[in-house]
Amino acid sequence: MNIIPEKNYLTYPKGLKSWLFTLDHKRIGLMYLFAIMFFFLVGGIFALMIRLELFSPGKDIVSADTYNQLFTLHGAIMIFLFIIPSIPASLGNLILPLMLGAKDVAFPRLNLASWYIYVFGAMFAVYSMIAGAADTGWTFYTPYSIETNTAVISLTTGAFILGFSSIFTGLNFLVTIHKLRAPGMTWFKMPLFVWGLYATSIIQVVATPVLGITLLLLILERVAGIGIFNPALGGDPVLFQHFFWFYSHPAVYIMILPGMAIISELISVHSHKKIFGYKVIAYSSLAIAFISFLVWGHHMFVSGQSELAGMIFSFLTFFVGVPSGIKVFNWVATLYKGAVRFTTPMLYTFAFLILFSIGGLTGIFLGALSVDVHLHDTYFVVAHFHYTMMGGTVIAFFAGLHHWWPKIWGRMYNERIAKITAVLVFIGFNLTFIPQFIMGAHGMPRRYYDYLPQFQGMHELSTYGAYLLGFAFTIMAVYLIHSIFKGKPAGNNPWGGLTLEWQTTSPPDPHNFHEVPVWTHGPYDYDKIKVTPDLEKELETA
Amino acid sequence: MENSGTFWLPRAASTYAADVDGLFYFILWTSVVIFALVVFGLIYLSIRYKKRGKTELTAGISHNTKLELTWTIIPTLLILVVFVWGFRGYMKMRVVPKDAIEIRVTAQKWFWSFDYQEGINSVGELVVPAGKPIKLLISSRDVIHSLFVPDFRLKMDAVPNRYTIAWFQADELGEYQLYCTEYCGTEHSKMLGKVRVLSQGDYENWVNENSQLGQGLTLEEFGRQLYENKGCMPCHSLDGTTKIGPSFKGIFGHEVQLTSGETVIVDENYIRESILNPQAKIVAGFQPVMPPYQGILKPQEVDALIAFIKSLKE
Ligand code: HEC
Ligand SMILES: [Cu+2]
Ligand SMILES: [Cu+2]
Repeated sequence: MNIIPEKNYLTYPKGLKSWLFTLDHKRIGLMYLFAIMFFFLVGGIFALMIRLELFSPGKDIVSADTYNQLFTLHGAIMIFLFIIPSIPASLGNLILPLMLGAKDVAFPRLNLASWYIYVFGAMFAVYSMIAGAADTGWTFYTPYSIETNTAVISLTTGAFILGFSSIFTGLNFLVTIHKLRAPGMTWFKMPLFVWGLYATSIIQVVATPVLGITLLLLILERVAGIGIFNPALGGDPVLFQHFFWFYSHPAVYIMILPGMAIISELISVHSHKKIFGYKVIAYSSLAIAFISFLVWGHHMFVSGQSELAGMIFSFLTFFVGVPSGIKVFNWVATLYKGAVRFTTPMLYTFAFLILFSIGGLTGIFLGALSVDVHLHDTYFVVAHFHYTMMGGTVIAFFAGLHHWWPKIWGRMYNERIAKITAVLVFIGFNLTFIPQFIMGAHGMPRRYYDYLPQFQGMHELSTYGAYLLGFAFTIMAVYLIHSIFKGKPAGNNPWGGLTLEWQTTSPPDPHNFHEVPVWTHGPYDYDKIKVTPDLEKELETA
Repeated sequence: MENSGTFWLPRAASTYAADVDGLFYFILWTSVVIFALVVFGLIYLSIRYKKRGKTELTAGISHNTKLELTWTIIPTLLILVVFVWGFRGYMKMRVVPKDAIEIRVTAQKWFWSFDYQEGINSVGELVVPAGKPIKLLISSRDVIHSLFVPDFRLKMDAVPNRYTIAWFQADELGEYQLYCTEYCGTEHSKMLGKVRVLSQGDYENWVNENSQLGQGLTLEEFGRQLYENKGCMPCHSLDGTTKIGPSFKGIFGHEVQLTSGETVIVDENYIRESILNPQAKIVAGFQPVMPPYQGILKPQEVDALIAFIKSLKE
């Protein structure tokens, strides 16, 4: 029988104050987890309202203006309050120091500050909902965002503040990875999750300030009429798009790189097989991080941008595609001669591989100049980015959540229910978004409150899919919460992982390790080290 | 979805559409092959190497140079093909033929207006001759909009303070749907229009008819025609129902309350100002969203609209 240590980071020290002022990366990670899950719920409810409104043409439940606010909030919340912080700030905080064999991150106080800044920024976003929610779309394009009388300022102020929380987390991780690795852990012996977070942190620190400046200029434009983006004052509205995407394209990789990092980890652990192409995966993360800064113009092929610029941006865009594709091949090849377990995290990993491949391949359509002219700003794009962001990052996040859940709580969820749920998520997701590819290619524009009757069938399917997805996530919430209290103790190493977080107790000690761990092997040396997963021990001895 | 077109794409009705579709299908089928390989590999390997029996050491395979080179070089080559093909197709869309007929496109919340060299202005409907290249000189009077005709594979943003250029040539007669694809506020999804492709003869007739617009009509009748054609209709009703703007029914001669607190009597001057510069006086209970028609309507057209509104007694 596995037992749960009496003194662990969840139980010691006690009291609300010990949580609110905690400097423990695990507790901060957990506080982040609760916060982002709350906003995932809010953004998800908005998504379900959007899908219900689109069930048939014309008005179903809300007015056009409310609909416009709904899709703006859905986007802004999902991106700024959920996906961007999701993996780094919650799972990253919880696991990274453990993986490195460190006691904590390099700057625990900065870490706590970043959580409070997140909450503070989130409050602005919530306030903006009450104060006449913005209706600009999460992209805040000028001059519409200058002249609409909705609460643009409070929402952008929220996003501005959230940026700092993101920068703090990134900075903290960079220093932690440089300075706090266990003795023996050289750069190329680091787990790939660490590599992924490292690449992500670089983008977070370098790109986020640009978003801050852009949003600040937008606010100034609204309040003081400085005339930088406002054409009525001689400004250039397209300049805003350049600034915006200069951040927001790299931000796409802030979102996906941590997802890839989780998949690299999980595919190896759940097949007990050395990862295929370690260095390629590590380097390609860095390559993606670098190239991601040079492709922002692919969002603007029909904005009147010059043909030369269009050509260069299209060319560079394809070169982000290649390293991403190679990663997928590496992950699949890892399974060769492994010992594959069909665990819940592994099912989500497989779902990721399939959905992310579709997301990536449909990106090729959009990178090709002439085809993009047709597909730009249609549902094809909506489907594409949901396949990468949700099918990619969010699915990877749930893969990681199920993988580290027993480490975080010391207890296991019901695997049978979890696996059925994973299948439902997969079906619901595809049912929601495959119809969107088809109607997009037929010309259904995005951000439409009303639509022509010819698109109704596809919209209906998409709505059914969304509700199936909502149902599946509800079950997930139930079994996960149930497991916190009633789950079977999971053991220190339920999956048989070789990285350091599995060498401490579940849940870990407040100080992570009793003595400084030494890193003597590679993270995926399943050819040298035999480790029986705690969850399989009973089976194997029986 | 439409009665013509394929499962994936709408009908291809412009001269460059076939090239776009060719690339679309090239990417589609290569993607399907690559995707099938990945999924097959995934399913085959995960089942073939499913864990059976006790935990054992596994093979230490960590790379295979030949395999890795293959899966790097082949996608790179394919992607170069896609890039070049896409760029060439794009240049076809961008380089306007010398003999193109030029039409000015003005986007405005929430309608499209087309100005012809013959002095014709058409709202919501772009009428063009078949088999002739048409150059569109596009701009916006307020926020950014985007002109999109899926059947032509044509899309171009309409940006305030700047002209963008697009062109197309449609060889088949017919009516084609036009959309706004850049989010522009409340009625974004209603900012639709039609492209009507006529034979050369019909087009010339249309030009003749419309360059003498209003002739043979009374001022009131002409006003009604303008009400229907110049985009007033979606916002103003004639039967007393409130849409985005107040109804025209019986407003003439009555008092209206303004947001500034003042009241004014609706007379000719007020209507004139309301049409040309609507932001000057805002009716209480409404948003200041009416587009200014200064520069779009000719003086005689404003007169006709005034006469029409006057005629709408209670
Ligand atoms: C986008 C919607 C929209 C369009 C298109 C539009 N209007 Fe308006 N109009 C409004 C709104 C809203 C008001 C009330 C606010 C204001 O006074 O500006 C208004 C007010 C008016 C008034 C004053 C009515 C009153 O009761 O005092 C007149 C007259 C008018 N419009 C005429 C026209 C004419 C003529 C056209 C077409 C050539 C037109 N409008 C097109 C939205 C629109
Ligand atoms: Cu991008
Ligand atoms: Cu629009």
